[in-house]
Amino acid sequence: MTGLLSLTTFAPLAGVAVLLAVRAIRGDNAATDNLAKWITLATTLVTFALSIVMVAQFDAANPGFQFVEDFAWFAGLHYRMGVDGISILFVLLTAFLLPICILASWTSIDKRIVEYMICFLVLETLVIGVFCALDLILFYLFFEGGLVPMFLIIGIWGGKRRVYAAYKFFLYTLLGSVLMLAAILAMITIAGTSSIPELMAFKFAPWLQTWLWLAFFASFAVKMPMWPVHTWLPDAHVEAPTAGSVILAGILLKMGGYGFMRFSLPMFPNASEMFQPLVFTMSAIAIVYTSLVAFRQTDIKKLIAYSSVAHMGFVTMGIFSGNAAGEQGAIFQMLSHGVISGALFLCVGVVYDRMHTREIAFYGGLTNRMPWYAATFLLFTMGNVGLPGTSGFVGEILTMTGVYQVSTWTALFAASGVILSAMYALTLYRRVMFGEIVNPELKTITDLDKREILIFAPLIISTLVLGIYPNFVFDLTASSVDALVGAWRAAVAG
Amino acid sequence: MTLSANLSLILPEVILAVSALALLVWGAFQGRVTAAFTLASVAALIAAAVAAVMGPHGHAFNGVYSADAAATYAKVAIFFSSAVGIVLGDRWLAQRNDQKFEYAVLVILAALGMGVTASAGDLISLYIGVELQSLALYVLAAFRRDDAKASEAGLKYFVLGALSSGLLLYGSSLIYGFAGSTRFADIAAAAHDAHGVGLLFGLVFLICGLAFKVSAAPFHMWTPDVYEGAPTPVVGFFAAAPKLAAMMMFARVLGDAFPDSVAQWRQVLVIAALISVFVGAFAGLAQTNLKRLWAYSSIANVGYALLGVATGGEAGLHAMLVFMILYMVDVTGFFACLQALSRDGKPMETIEDMAGLIKERPGIALAMTAFSLSALGLPPFSGFWSKFYVFKAALGTGDVMMQWAAVLGLVGSVVGAFYYLRLIKSIWFDASKGAVDAPAPAARAVGFAAALFAFPVVLVALIWLDPAAKAAAAAFGHA
Repeated sequence: MTGLLSLTTFAPLAGVAVLLAVRAIRGDNAATDNLAKWITLATTLVTFALSIVMVAQFDAANPGFQFVEDFAWFAGLHYRMGVDGISILFVLLTAFLLPICILASWTSIDKRIVEYMICFLVLETLVIGVFCALDLILFYLFFEGGLVPMFLIIGIWGGKRRVYAAYKFFLYTLLGSVLMLAAILAMITIAGTSSIPELMAFKFAPWLQTWLWLAFFASFAVKMPMWPVHTWLPDAHVEAPTAGSVILAGILLKMGGYGFMRFSLPMFPNASEMFQPLVFTMSAIAIVYTSLVAFRQTDIKKLIAYSSVAHMGFVTMGIFSGNAAGEQGAIFQMLSHGVISGALFLCVGVVYDRMHTREIAFYGGLTNRMPWYAATFLLFTMGNVGLPGTSGFVGEILTMTGVYQVSTWTALFAASGVILSAMYALTLYRRVMFGEIVNPELKTITDLDKREILIFAPLIISTLVLGIYPNFVFDLTASSVDALVGAWRAAVAG
Repeated sequence: MTLSANLSLILPEVILAVSALALLVWGAFQGRVTAAFTLASVAALIAAAVAAVMGPHGHAFNGVYSADAAATYAKVAIFFSSAVGIVLGDRWLAQRNDQKFEYAVLVILAALGMGVTASAGDLISLYIGVELQSLALYVLAAFRRDDAKASEAGLKYFVLGALSSGLLLYGSSLIYGFAGSTRFADIAAAAHDAHGVGLLFGLVFLICGLAFKVSAAPFHMWTPDVYEGAPTPVVGFFAAAPKLAAMMMFARVLGDAFPDSVAQWRQVLVIAALISVFVGAFAGLAQTNLKRLWAYSSIANVGYALLGVATGGEAGLHAMLVFMILYMVDVTGFFACLQALSRDGKPMETIEDMAGLIKERPGIALAMTAFSLSALGLPPFSGFWSKFYVFKAALGTGDVMMQWAAVLGLVGSVVGAFYYLRLIKSIWFDASKGAVDAPAPAARAVGFAAALFAFPVVLVALIWLDPAAKAAAAAFGHA
């Protein structure tokens, strides 16, 4: 069905239009705010439904782009959209997490609700657009455009140091992105086209690949984020509202990994091979170093933020291993991390909404008062550690298998990261959950309510389903990944 | 060529000159400004724009004046921008019970001067156009003569402008001395035969004089003071049409008179462009007054436009022409918004004044956010597309210097991002400082229209702006 992609991408914008109309007609009051929440939830659910239709109609055997739309624009640019096995699941992940974000903000956001909802809907459109765009400039539009709503989400609804965090987030990513823009413009001039499928087949001279690769790397490494340009992430996470953290960790970081797979690997294969040791080193350092940093954190959200950096280390090394296991593992790890880290931030949000602090030392003994919460948190902690049976395990084992074939040492360091993640995650769990309640303020804390259970249920189910039956993902990605790996091998060999 | 054929080529200027004189007489006899008077002055500008579009193309008065696609392109934009300037200025002065009929006449005279420079095919006509435009602008800057800051702005502008005119003339005389003609076509022929040091010497002086006019660094010092002191609608006008006219002068001189000396003038322009970008970016960081801030922003933007000119050839000029139109709309809209805003009758001019504006005046706050993001170069706003054209052209030259200049220019834009973000932060994050007066309707309407152009109309408008600018860029080099 043509037009399905555009429909999915721009459906949230229709919701924005409705919100603006409602605001204009009914004025700024509590009833409008309440209605706005329902409208936004309905919009995100419709978008989710559309993305499910898309996945259902997707032909997994076809490695090329599907649902392609192509209209000429100006200056040789095109409005060109399409998805393949690599991108389609990210669209699904985005559409899946958005309703959860909206539900998670239901009561915790108490000011400027209509604006908040508009920011999230605009962000959803832009993120889905990133994964669907098949024109370099169109991709850049979506990629960069996403900075604004996220800047506002952190800056308006964030914590105490929100302005600092918002600036840091914006400027870090912008600096990376302008270098990518320079590379994009150079590519368009040299290749004479801005079409992503055509550029994937275009062979850039090896010396040129080096420069282009570095420029793209600057952008995606910041977005991922890779060590040592990860420092914006903990600040952004700590200051962002819960739903902002979910979308940041769950989706926005994945744009970096997606970018590596869509651009760096197929368009600059020789440079990717050349820089493989660099990426491996940075990934290994990220895994070990940020795990250790995570261990020393006193703020729950910061701990999870650092653990995100460590988990993204598995993704980058998997992507640049250049074999099917590594690629599949990287995609899987990104999807799984999207669900698990999102869920962990939601878990933090649960106690933060009640106590308004994220200090680990403040808590302790929550199992006594919050059994359901403790069980939920345990599941996602295990997923974060990579326990077999949860989705976290599959991604880590596959990326390590893939990397092992290329660099034993990197795999070795990465494997140590698994142990380190168990160390910080279980310590966190012990300190927050176990023991007696010492802090008198915690004596009246309540367990999950119905809304929160509703939020966690789909996340729990997907963590377990992906962990037990990962083929759901691999069936969809296999042919595109094989094509990607095949093209890369051919380019590197020839 | 008969006189009537020549006159038909310069019809837009004839219309403006006659209208300016007629309006002057009308105003002098009537003694006050009526709606009909303002309407007539706007109509004169629109008639001139229509004449520019409909009129024939060719070279008038032995090549002193060229009516071609480039001139038409620039004139339509200049005349419309001037018309907006008249309306906004008239409203602004009416609000202060200080309406003077000279305002509209001066704007039309300035537009006439700009039209002449856009069509100049000769150093003399170029200089006449520049002076006519500048003299009108000096007076406009000091239009509120009771205001000390405005007088200061006018005086500064005049002194430095006169200096730059001197440089321009000196350069012209050198070029004339070494080329033996003031006509661009003859200069081009002379420069083609021999890259004489004397010619280049003259060219450098000429470039310096023009750099003053566009406020490119290192000749930018007058800009912040003039922007701060001059009346807001006048600044909105200053920042738009004369900038395009001055960029057209660059394009005329370099594209028509020195098309074969690209390698020589490119170095000068690239350096001026990069200094402008970085001066604009870094000096802007320290500003709290929005008019000064936007002055530095305009310096940075002129740097980008100059990068397009420095690229040279059709692609570079194409980029510059698209850039200037998109920039003009942005800057006009921004100053219109600024003009619309006041608190307790006092204009709101600092970043702190804008605190919490989203609560007080959501429409204008959104428009200003759009202009800031656009100036920052964030897609999909129009400022991104203007940079897209310039950097694409610069990277496409195959000249290593241009490519590095483009990369440096992009990095400079990140520095500038910080101060645009500061404005957005103030508008969105900070607590309001009290109620804002009801905005002036005309200024608000212009602000909204420009904001809608910045996004999303630009995505459609470029479909026809792109070929129009391409055709205009192709017209250079045929003097």
